[in-house]
Amino acid sequence: MSGSGNAPLIEVSDLGVRLNTSRGPAQAVRGVSFSLRRGETLGLVGESGCGKSVTALALMGLLPDSAVISGSIRLDGMELVGLPDANYCKLRGNRISMIFQEPMTALNPMHTIGRQVAEPLRRHTNCSAGEARKQAIALLDRVGLPDAAKRVDAYPHQFSGGQRQRVTIAMALACQPEVLIADEPTTALDVTIQGQILDLIADIVAERGMSMILISHDLGVIAENVQRMMVMYGGTVVESGATDAVFTRMGHPYTQGLFRARPRLGARKGTRLKTIAGTVPELADLPSGCTFADRCAIVEDRCRVAPPAAVDVGAGHGVRCLRTDVSMAEAVGVLGA
Amino acid sequence: MSTPLSASVEVGAATARPRLASGFWRRALRHRSFVTGGTLSLVVLCAALLSLVWTPWSAYEIDVASKLRPPSAAHWLGTDVLGRDIVSLLLVGARSTIMVGIIAVGIGLTFGVCLGLIAAARKGWTEEIIMRMSDFTFAFPAVLSAIMLAAVFGPGMVTSIVAIGIFQIPTLVRLTRGSANAIWAREFVLAARACGKGGFRITIEHVLPNVLPILIVQSTIQFALAILAEAALSYLGLGTQPPQPSWGRMLNDAQTLLFQSPMLAVYPGAAIAIAVLGLNLFGDGLRDLLDPRLARER
Repeated sequence: MSGSGNAPLIEVSDLGVRLNTSRGPAQAVRGVSFSLRRGETLGLVGESGCGKSVTALALMGLLPDSAVISGSIRLDGMELVGLPDANYCKLRGNRISMIFQEPMTALNPMHTIGRQVAEPLRRHTNCSAGEARKQAIALLDRVGLPDAAKRVDAYPHQFSGGQRQRVTIAMALACQPEVLIADEPTTALDVTIQGQILDLIADIVAERGMSMILISHDLGVIAENVQRMMVMYGGTVVESGATDAVFTRMGHPYTQGLFRARPRLGARKGTRLKTIAGTVPELADLPSGCTFADRCAIVEDRCRVAPPAAVDVGAGHGVRCLRTDVSMAEAVGVLGA
Repeated sequence: MSTPLSASVEVGAATARPRLASGFWRRALRHRSFVTGGTLSLVVLCAALLSLVWTPWSAYEIDVASKLRPPSAAHWLGTDVLGRDIVSLLLVGARSTIMVGIIAVGIGLTFGVCLGLIAAARKGWTEEIIMRMSDFTFAFPAVLSAIMLAAVFGPGMVTSIVAIGIFQIPTLVRLTRGSANAIWAREFVLAARACGKGGFRITIEHVLPNVLPILIVQSTIQFALAILAEAALSYLGLGTQPPQPSWGRMLNDAQTLLFQSPMLAVYPGAAIAIAVLGLNLFGDGLRDLLDPRLARER
């Protein structure tokens, strides 16, 4: 591990993922680049099928064997693309961990939760069964599972969804990873539990100085929990920057669309939610120009020619749009509404 | 990195295990089909063990003068066409039946489950080769492979056991691979991979335990099929050789006398039915008891 605090922990450049689907090869992720420093938090936002989860799985090296990965992913300077699976196994759960969306299915129904939390410890550290069990109980205690010492021998079906998600968090944290990837960790949970789980994750991330990549389709979740964010659409990053900057400037028409489409408390009864017209393009058949062109209100002919390059609209705030002048003028109106 | 976690929580490691084990037996004794099936299987097992030390008459002693006797104080269930005591034949027959069943299913399970798990874990060419080979084996019925083996090694119990065992492999390969594939697609396998586990450990720790309940139930069915296959092979003279009795042989001997002495077919038939039923219920019960989600008392 290098000691310098400023060197990026994760550096992704020009990441591309091609998946072989039944309808032919699909370019699920194109030209994604970002870097993440120690202790930094990054949000990935976008609708279903925009490449968020594929990006996360590419970082974990968990894509199916048929997937073709291009570009580079570096962890602490070590290239991960093309790393043999045996070496990857030593990183997963140890230096990079992941929390999954569906706590109901992310735990093996046949094993006790204590065993499942202790598993990564046994795998990656030389601790004994008794020691691992002790640490598992401490971890379960830390994630707020009531009566951890008593319930460590219970099976997953004996817990509620929120409690199970706490268990999966304990599992992911067991070996004190440097990077935590949380893929929609609260989507399957009750709204009342969502906040608690997100607070728990935020607390632990801050307490241990971990880096986190939080994936969500919920703009509210992103706004409250990460320092920087990337908006993904059709496998590309259409807007990225500091969370505050992205929310105030709203450079890309798609980001604005997402923002308008969120439900709001206090809206007059009968007010319909704004939607983005059209549907997400087929990843197997992406347009040659801007992926959002077909649904964009301010599209021009030049948008359809080639994928737009990122335009800097502020410090570290990039937008992949040719018409930022117009779109950003409109965004002011959005915020004012 | 230091460990900021406090490890001051009291640990009940020593007390937890025995409690779990006694809970299993408590649940097991309340599970109706487990108890019924276990009792029936135990009866068959005891009969086989008893025959090693005691039988009312010798199962090999031929007494043509007293053939086809009805049940009496001397011969509790009567005698067969060669004057042999039926009770003694049933007791000794239990031995070969159990042996054929256990060893043949054992062969089937060992190879079938291993190959099925490998096919599901490796996918690609490995899976393709294993599955095509099992299709190939599947095309040969047990009788045919027994005839082939008998031609090479001579007929006998070992030949029939091996033939039946081979016949069981493809069924179990398919079942294991199909169920294992379904488990591999589950999210907890992805989560286990995210914890850094390799294919072998995931297969042993996550796939096998989840496939096991299905395999247990299927094994009891395979056991029944093995008993029936042994009966068929004995009939063809490829299985247990005379004078060694087996239930299948008794059943087939009785076939020609069905109108004269129908009870001769009923006794071994009932014995086979009891063994098969007992094992099926036992397997059912075991599956319920091994599944933590079904661990309710019933």
